[in-house]
Amino acid sequence: MAVVKLFGAWLSPYVYKVIWALKLKGIPYEYIEEDLSNKSPLLLQYNPIHKKVPVLVHDGKPIYESTVILRYIDEIWPQNPLLPANPYDRAVALFWIKFADDKNPIIAKLYRTEGEEQQAVVKEWLEMLEAMEEHALIGGKKFFGGDEINMVDIAFCMVAHWLGVFEDTAGLKVFEPHKFPQVSSWIQNFKSVPIIKDNLPDTDKIVAYLKRRKEMLLTSKSN
Amino acid sequence: MAEEVVLLDFWPSPFGMRSRIALAEKGIKYEHKEEDLRNKSALLLQMNPVHKKIPVLIHNGKPVCESLIQVQYIDEVWHDKAPLLPSDPYQKATARFWADYVDKKIYEVGGRVWKTKGEKQATAKKELIETLKLLEKELGDKPYFGGESLGYVDVAFIPFYSWFYALEKCGNFSIEAECPKLIAWAKRCMQKESVAKSLPDQQKVYDFILEMKKHFGIE
Repeated sequence: MAVVKLFGAWLSPYVYKVIWALKLKGIPYEYIEEDLSNKSPLLLQYNPIHKKVPVLVHDGKPIYESTVILRYIDEIWPQNPLLPANPYDRAVALFWIKFADDKNPIIAKLYRTEGEEQQAVVKEWLEMLEAMEEHALIGGKKFFGGDEINMVDIAFCMVAHWLGVFEDTAGLKVFEPHKFPQVSSWIQNFKSVPIIKDNLPDTDKIVAYLKRRKEMLLTSKSN
Repeated sequence: MAEEVVLLDFWPSPFGMRSRIALAEKGIKYEHKEEDLRNKSALLLQMNPVHKKIPVLIHNGKPVCESLIQVQYIDEVWHDKAPLLPSDPYQKATARFWADYVDKKIYEVGGRVWKTKGEKQATAKKELIETLKLLEKELGDKPYFGGESLGYVDVAFIPFYSWFYALEKCGNFSIEAECPKLIAWAKRCMQKESVAKSLPDQQKVYDFILEMKKHFGIE
């Protein structure tokens, strides 16, 4: 039987996307925790271009970039499909996945920026939430995937869990639930799914880590 | 049922070119609508309300947005001719990775080459060459990124070739001198009708960039 290995880091939303996909499909895998400040030679060998996690190794072959990994997983193990079967619906799902993927690196900066730069990040967050509220979650669906979560729900995981983390770290409130009722419901629904609920990193732990990291970044900037 | 295909486009857009190539490869008849980006049509705003950008592919009245998604959609719907993505899942993953790499790097870095000057431009040029060299390495000895025939990565990347002349003039450097194999690949792609008909003349693109520079007040 082919072996599946996942190189990850405990606080990365990109890694969790892969973990959830593997668990939703019931795929056993070996997890290797990477220290991102001291990356293993194996990781650098498997992902020489970006040197990042997650990296999925299937049958000795590496795949990287979380969305590329998810699509690969969905094709190799078709049970519990993560994308619609119909080409048009799939194109719409991929649009929203790309939307989330393009926003993620920008919105992640919320906790480690200040002043004008932070305001620009807040603006990106609000644009994303508005797009989700007005265009993506139409029809009062429980999940983007309908009655079950799919790759689109997984793609928006930063909104569901890491937004709160970044807000706590930054000491800033960006998300007002009453302004985004559909997004609010979706977050509750998403985090109630057993596989998601049982596989989320501890909020307090990440906040403590990010606060330390933010201090380090700001100290090195002023030096 | 008669297929109705419309492409909302803008002639110098490398993203629009991708969909033009894919449609041509599959021999699909479509209506090409040129957009004035300073005065976007009601149709564009209706079909792409989130980004309000081109290209938009409209198939039987339903919009598909984002050029690479359009290429994948075209490949899936008209699957009986000129397949662009490989059928093997691992090869597919590799193709998706490289198309994504082109998406993330070329447009942004290339943009900095013509929009900046001095040290910023020097940095952008260096980054662009590094990016192109990595792609050249991935191509290796294959005639196309897709192997023996034009594939997904070729379609994703070749449109930027129409901008090379403009970038070389703005940055005062030669891409061919640094990446000869890549230019050989580009010229090979240009021999295909689907590509030649979809890419604008390089001088025309350069004139367009000069106009943009004037408009944005860039020397």
